[in-house]
Amino acid sequence: MSLKQTPSQTVGPYFAYGLTAEQYHYPQSQIASGAMASDETLGERIRIVGQVFDGQGERINDAMIELWQANAAGRFDHPNDARQSRPLDPNFKGFGRVGTGTTADNSFRFDTIKPGAVQDGRAPYISVILFMRGLPNHAYTRLYFSDEASLNAEDPALNKVDSARRDTLIATRHETSTGVEYRFDIHMQGPHETVFFNF
Amino acid sequence: MSTITKRDWASHAAYISPEYKSTLLRGVSQSLVDIDPELSELTGPAYGAEVLGPLDHDLTKNGQVNGEPQGERIVVTGRVLDENGNPVANTLVEVWQANAAGRYVHKADQHDAPLDPNFLGSGRCLTDANGCYRFYTIKPGAYPWGNHSNAWRPNHIHFSLFGPSIASRLVTQMYFPGDPLLALDPIYASVPAGARERMVADFSIDVTEEGFALGYIFDIVLRGVNATPMED
Repeated sequence: MSLKQTPSQTVGPYFAYGLTAEQYHYPQSQIASGAMASDETLGERIRIVGQVFDGQGERINDAMIELWQANAAGRFDHPNDARQSRPLDPNFKGFGRVGTGTTADNSFRFDTIKPGAVQDGRAPYISVILFMRGLPNHAYTRLYFSDEASLNAEDPALNKVDSARRDTLIATRHETSTGVEYRFDIHMQGPHETVFFNF
Repeated sequence: MSTITKRDWASHAAYISPEYKSTLLRGVSQSLVDIDPELSELTGPAYGAEVLGPLDHDLTKNGQVNGEPQGERIVVTGRVLDENGNPVANTLVEVWQANAAGRYVHKADQHDAPLDPNFLGSGRCLTDANGCYRFYTIKPGAYPWGNHSNAWRPNHIHFSLFGPSIASRLVTQMYFPGDPLLALDPIYASVPAGARERMVADFSIDVTEEGFALGYIFDIVLRGVNATPMED
């Protein structure tokens, strides 16, 4: 390798009009939001809701969360996933982006579909990328599903995690009057610190 | 064989960098868990010309209401490359910044400097086949922040890039050469010496457009992602 990586820097407190402008009611457009699925998207509709907490347990009101996931067939909308047996869904890109500054309780919310497993017999999951003021490098984690306990138990990434910390990666499923909701809180520090990955 | 180069932690700040105080309660405190990249890490969202408006690459025009924005017009260009020097083509570059007075459009910015009714301070563009991007803007001003007594951020432009997969994702800040505030800025200085200088753009008289705008070159190096597409 001849070149060195450009260093990462915090997204800062003022990302909203650059990256999530419509959500924050600025006049610019944004490329992605929490509305990841349309009426035509195939798969089980789910809602992902959570909050981000700092080391004192305070809610963080200026974080930005991005999700990246496969479609209901377990296929990524990307040229590196060329598996014809798992069809692309023209109504699903698989990318979402939300800031935590527009809800009274600083929660984030994504309306998406539950992804299919990328390989048969494996646990489905969603990749999560986290940015905020005070976070010099974006942090990667994964969201697994509480109703997939037996597949989760076999997942190679989850099995790299101390068993006592695995629960930080499991979103808990709730059936609500407005549909299926998974709760996924992110703790930056403390006894429930979310596991973040290096790959 | 598909490979992703690792994050080169010698090129990045520690998650908890005490001089940058917000990191103390927000930085990841436990060790990251190493995992093997899977298809989820070898892929990522691809955005192209469909998300570009005609003025998105020109911040001197995309916020105009009744005139030109205040400040010094600049053109910023550069190449987005991977660590092997290969161009990262057709990748989205999102930028945002303060105005010439050092004030952000963001509603939470309470700095007592004027907003500019003709400047929004955000835009986006795509790299071309050679990895080149280019946008026009106003040189951003410095602004005070609450990290410590008499703290001022150096002039900077925020950049957000995707590259070929979520592994190459990068959010960074571009600084300006010769800025005396760089030596005093804990965000800049949280990156190890020898690496932080990569975030400082070069002034270029060749990029400078005569009678119009000063030119700066800011090349960006993303993690390398070499993937053979997965077939059935």
